[in-house]
This record gives sequence, C-alpha cells and structure tokens, in this order.
Amino acid sequence: METTAAAGAPVALNALWLIPALPLAGAAVNGLRALFVRWTPGSADHAHDHGASAGHGDQAHEHDHDHGPAGAWPAGWIATAFMLAAFGVAMWAFVTQLLPLHGAGLTTDPMPWIVAGNVEIHARLLLDPLSGLLALVVTGVGTLIHLYSVGYMAHDENRDRYFAYLNLFAAMMLILILGDSLPLLFVGWEGVGLCSYLLIGFWYTDEQKAIAGKKAFVVNRVGDLGFLLGMFLLFAAAPTQPSLTFSSLADVAHGHFSPILLTTACLLLFVGACGKSAQFPLYIWLPDAMAGPTPVSALIHAATMVTAGVYMIARLHFLFELAPIACAVIASVGAFTALFAATMGFVQNDVKKVLAYSTVSQLGFMVMAVGAAGTGYIAGVYHLTTHAFFKALLFLGSGSLIHAMHHALPADADPNDIRSMGGMRHKMPWTFRTFIVGWAAIAGFPFFSGFFSKDEVLASTLHSERLASTFTYLPQILFAAGVLAAACTAFYMTRLLILVFFGKPRMGAAAEPKVHESGWQMVVPMVVLAVLSALGGILWAPLFGWAPLEHFLAPVIMGQSGAFLAGVHSAPHFDWTPTILATAAFVAGTWLAHYLYIAHPEMPTRLAARRRGLYRMLWNKWFVDEAIEGIFVNPVRKISESVLWKGIDVGVIDGTVNGVGALAAKAGAAVGRLQTGLTQNYAVGITGGVAVLAVYVLARLYS
Amino acid sequence: MSPVGTQHYLVVAGLMFAFGALGVLWRRNALGVLLSVEVMLNAGNVALVAFARERGQVDGQALALFVMAVAAAEAAVGLALVVSVFRTRRTVNLDELGELRG
Repeated sequence: METTAAAGAPVALNALWLIPALPLAGAAVNGLRALFVRWTPGSADHAHDHGASAGHGDQAHEHDHDHGPAGAWPAGWIATAFMLAAFGVAMWAFVTQLLPLHGAGLTTDPMPWIVAGNVEIHARLLLDPLSGLLALVVTGVGTLIHLYSVGYMAHDENRDRYFAYLNLFAAMMLILILGDSLPLLFVGWEGVGLCSYLLIGFWYTDEQKAIAGKKAFVVNRVGDLGFLLGMFLLFAAAPTQPSLTFSSLADVAHGHFSPILLTTACLLLFVGACGKSAQFPLYIWLPDAMAGPTPVSALIHAATMVTAGVYMIARLHFLFELAPIACAVIASVGAFTALFAATMGFVQNDVKKVLAYSTVSQLGFMVMAVGAAGTGYIAGVYHLTTHAFFKALLFLGSGSLIHAMHHALPADADPNDIRSMGGMRHKMPWTFRTFIVGWAAIAGFPFFSGFFSKDEVLASTLHSERLASTFTYLPQILFAAGVLAAACTAFYMTRLLILVFFGKPRMGAAAEPKVHESGWQMVVPMVVLAVLSALGGILWAPLFGWAPLEHFLAPVIMGQSGAFLAGVHSAPHFDWTPTILATAAFVAGTWLAHYLYIAHPEMPTRLAARRRGLYRMLWNKWFVDEAIEGIFVNPVRKISESVLWKGIDVGVIDGTVNGVGALAAKAGAAVGRLQTGLTQNYAVGITGGVAVLAVYVLARLYS
Repeated sequence: MSPVGTQHYLVVAGLMFAFGALGVLWRRNALGVLLSVEVMLNAGNVALVAFARERGQVDGQALALFVMAVAAAEAAVGLALVVSVFRTRRTVNLDELGELRG
C-alpha cells in the first residue's frame, strides 16, 4: 500500500457512541446504587489494601472469591459485562468496519456542542487506525482488569463505588481517545484525571492515600494548565471558524502558524503530556498513585491514562513535527525521564513502587519516540501498546502477590515489601509463570513484545532526522541514554524477579503455609495478558523490512501532512545496531542483577554501605520531591500564608468588610445620642426645622 | 398717630407665639410648659380676632372661642397627666422624664 495515498474521507458510523456510552452506563448503574443504597456500617468487613476480608477467619477459603459477601449486588460482574460489551463493539467496528477502509477513519455525525458566534465546536468521535488500536487496548485490557478486580475487590464493602469509578474511567479514556477535537479530548483528559484521583484515594479513610490522590490531582492540574494554554493559543491563532478538530488543525498547521507560535503551543501541550504521562519533573504523582487498589494501578497508572500524553502527541504530530525545538525538548525530556526513573527503581523495596518507577521510565521511552518524530510516532504507539500489555500484567501479578501476602502476614506487616517475599515461585505458580513473561517483555528478552517495541523506539530515535536537524548528535546522545535506561530496566526488573520469586521464603514460618495462588478471576486475566505480552510484539515486529503496524498506522501519521512524508520514507531500512545494543543492554542488566542478588547476595548491602551517598540519593529518589517541595510548594505556601491569607484576606478583604460594619456601628452610636428621650429636644428640632423652612419659603416668595 | 391697626395686633400675637414656643422648648417644669402652650394658643386667638376685625366678619371670633374651649380641655387633660406623673415619679422636671430614650 502506498503511503502517500491520503486517508479518504471518514465514513459515518454512529454506533461508535456505544463504545464510551456502555462503560458510562455501567458507571451509572453502579454509581447510582452506591449513592442511594447505603451499606450498613459494621455489617461488612473493613476496607483494606486488598479488599480482603478480616471477617473471613478461615484462611483456607480465602481464595474463594467467586462472590463477595453472600447475596451481594454483583457490581463487579455488571461493570465487567459493560466493559466486555464495549470491547465487543470496538472489536466489531475495528474488524468489520475500519479494516476494509484501508486507512480512512470512521466517524459519527457531528453533534452541536459549543456553538456561539463564529465558534462551532462539535462533539464527534473518530475511529481511525490510531484511535482504533488504542480503543481496543483500553477496552481489552480494561475488561481483563475489571475481571481481575472482581476477585481482588470481592470483599470490599464499597465495591459499587469502586466499579462505578472504574467504568467511569474507561468511558472517559475512550472519549479521550475517540474524540476528534482538542476540546473533546480535553473532556476525556480531565475525566481520567478525576477518576484517577477518585481511585487513588479510594480508601480515603487512610490519610496517606487521600493525600496521594490529592497530589496526583494537583500535579496533573499543573500539566492541564499547560494543555489548556496550548489549546487556547491554537484557538486564538487559528484562522476563521476555529473548531479545533484534528483534521481542521491539520489543514491549517502548515503555513498558518508562525514557528514561534507553534513551538510555544507544542511546548505548552507537552507540559500537559508531562503531567498525564508522568514525565520529569511532573512524574512525582505516579509513584504515590500506587496507594490506590492494585488493579487501578494496572489499568490507570500503567496501561491507559498515563499514555494519554503520548497519544496526544502522536495525534497532533502534524503540529509537533513543525516545531523542531519542541521535538528536541520532548525527546530529551523523555530520554532523561527514562534513565532517571530507572535509577530510582534500583533500591525500592515496595513491589508496586518498583513497577511505578519502571512505568515512568517506559513512558520516557514512548515520549522520546514521539519526540523523535518520523517513525517515532509509530514506535511510540507500538511501545505504548506492548507496554499496556506487559505492565498491566506485571501490576496484576504484583496485586496477586500482595493479595497473597496480605492474607499470610500479620495485619501490621507491609504486604508490598519484597524483603518479606522470596521463593514465591513454588507458592504461586501461575503468578510466577505470567510474571516471568512480563519480566521478559519489559526487560527486552529477545522476541518478547517489549524487545521489539523498545527496539523500534531506539531505532527511530537514532535515525531521527527531526532531532538531528536541531542538534547533530542529539539522536546519538538520546539513543545512548535509551540503551542505558534499557540496561537499568533489565537490572531492576531482574532484581525484583529474584527477590520475589527465587531464594528462600522470608515471610516467616507462621506466614509461609498461608500463601496461596489467587482465584481464577485473577489468574485468567494474567494468563491472557501474558499471552499478549509474549506474542503481541512479534505480530507487529518490524523484522526483515516487514512492518504491519507501520503500514496500518501510516495513513494516520502521514496522510495528514505532506511535509512529513519524506522523513518517514527514508527510515525503514532495517538497522541491526539498536537491536544488538538493546540485547546487550538486556544481558548486561540481567547479568548484573544475577551477580548481585544470586551469585553474591551479600554484595548489595556492602555496596550500599560503601557508596552511602549514592545509595541515599537513590533511596530518596534524587530528592526531587524535596526539591519541588522547597522550590515551589513551600514558597507558595509561605506567600499564601503571609501575603494572601494574612495580608490580603485578613487585611484587605476582611478589613474592608469588617470596616464597613464597624463604620455603621460607630455612626449609629454617634447618631443614637440624638435620641435623648426628651420630647423637648425633639420639639426644638421640629421648631428649628419649621423656622428654617419658613425663612426659606419667605425668602423665595419675596426675592 | 395712627390708631392701633391689624399690624400691631399681629406683632403682639407673633411675640406671644415666640415666647410661648420658647417656653415650651426650654422650660424644665411640666407646668411651665403647659402654661407656655396656653400662651401660644392665645397668640393664635389674638391673631384670629385681629383678622376678624380687619375683615369685618365674625368667623375668626367664633374660631377663637372654639380654641378657648379646646384649650380649657387640653389644660385639664395636661394638668391631670402632670399630677399623675408627679404621683408616680415624684417630679415634674422634664429632664428626668426621659422614658422615650432608645
């Protein structure tokens, strides 16, 4: 298929509305029930990190999670059914409607939304190869995670609320993906942010978790401000009738915007991407977001929402590619984040924190790829897809571990701590088998999905003409950072694998016999995701010059901008350099982890003691949180307190209001003295008044 | 020297009214105030009679008689009030009767 063939006009298909509407309906069903059917306090068990039952003393039946408390409302099954239906519709639209079009998109009839003056913004969905692929990932992975949640949250008394949020999240994510204009994308953008906040702070009675939710919300707001400003800038600069649809922006992108304006707008939009896709320095919310239930971490903070920024850049590639400086900044931030976050994963002892930093790092890879432009857009989306599979898998695996540890350990012990795991491969065979697939995929074991997609990312960075046009050696520098980050990834993932699954169990003799494999609702999604993680890459592997994904996505990426075609045409020659280096990175990282944690298990402690300073830097995550606290949060807090609160609020605003009140009271007191209660005094006033009036009237008469 | 005319009567009436008004406003004693009110009413009577004479009609004189009757009634009520106030408060000093103060 010739890539220059512009994507044809979209074909109408109003059934697309079903895709976001189905999860929304599920959210309404469970949400209304959560609102109006109160749970009775004290009857159900308490909310816990794993929705586990404190009331079920019989540990042997712990993994029987088919149903929650007897006769309970099947919130999870309802939510899962709605998700599955959405997946079905998306799959149907994708296979039977989209594929035969060869690159054109499906779209709904426009629905008037914001119509005022010469502004006409319509709500319209668009399912083209790019959004179609992501819609499948979101609904597919989403369905699996809903199913997993049925088991994981079986004993949480707020299941209704949980599944309502989860469904709402899926609906918002689908609007984000399917919306065909910036404002509609922004609706989804904010919606997923809200759901993320609600779900991170789902167990809001724990203050730490509530704070983590707030942090995610606030940090995302910082990004969203950038996004909004970028959108407004494009709106203001767009020629007549700004509708902000992607196709209209693509039409005017070339030639209508000045380079300065484009660069500014792209950088502002990228600030938004930094917030959502957890790039330096706005990544700080993501590790804290692990306070939410683990399936949430898998769905939102690994597989879907955090990829919104990457998707947005890929979607608006026709703007970004025209702003070389913005591209260089984006790719550099991505590469830096990939490496930086990977180093922080070295010393984490919380299984979810390791995965959180690896998510940040992998998102860095994706952002680096979309920053590199050209084939990078395809590589970024490719890595996004495979990452959704294997990171969701890893998180579900960690959830399974935590679930098991929670039941085995005493109530006050931390079930997330990998130091108390060890030897889990015999205890939880399915978790182990699937986890090791996830490990192979993320670490870049040859022929697993992550191997191919990371290769693509590295190759498109190395060959990026867009980056080279800004600074000749930039592609090489970023490539080197990427390879190093890949090695780091292999290292910390292998460390995690070894500490959790190999060696001797460290949970203590009392807890050891109580560790069990999870129920089928949790195992099945892990197995499905493991298959996808293993095979997902090879289906689209760009081996031997044959790249189906590239051909599939090419009409979207290229059809919209003629200026960009040349950059892509020159790239596809296959280069073994990234593959060999990435494989070497994998081997080096894995070997190092093996050396440190299996061959010489005493080494890590000695190293930590010897390199105390470095260890402390890593342990404290390079003090980024502290730096942000010191540079931004504290000054803002101080200014708020001394100037805004005590100065303006108390001084000016309260002062004015209280002053007006005090003035009235004082004036009243002064005038009140006139009321002596002596009629004679009043009569003096009356007589005096009459006299003055008489003089006035007479003067008028005789003047 | 011209005979006494209407103007003279009016001047007398005005002065009487002014002194009466001053008395009402400045006297401390309730009885004094009542007396001053009588003076003011009679100033009015003087003026009425003077105008009646000027116009050669009796309306003014008739009205003056009404005023005298009303003044007598008023004095009776007023004095009764003063007596009553004196019985309860043991004073007729108006400065001490500030019951209307807010």
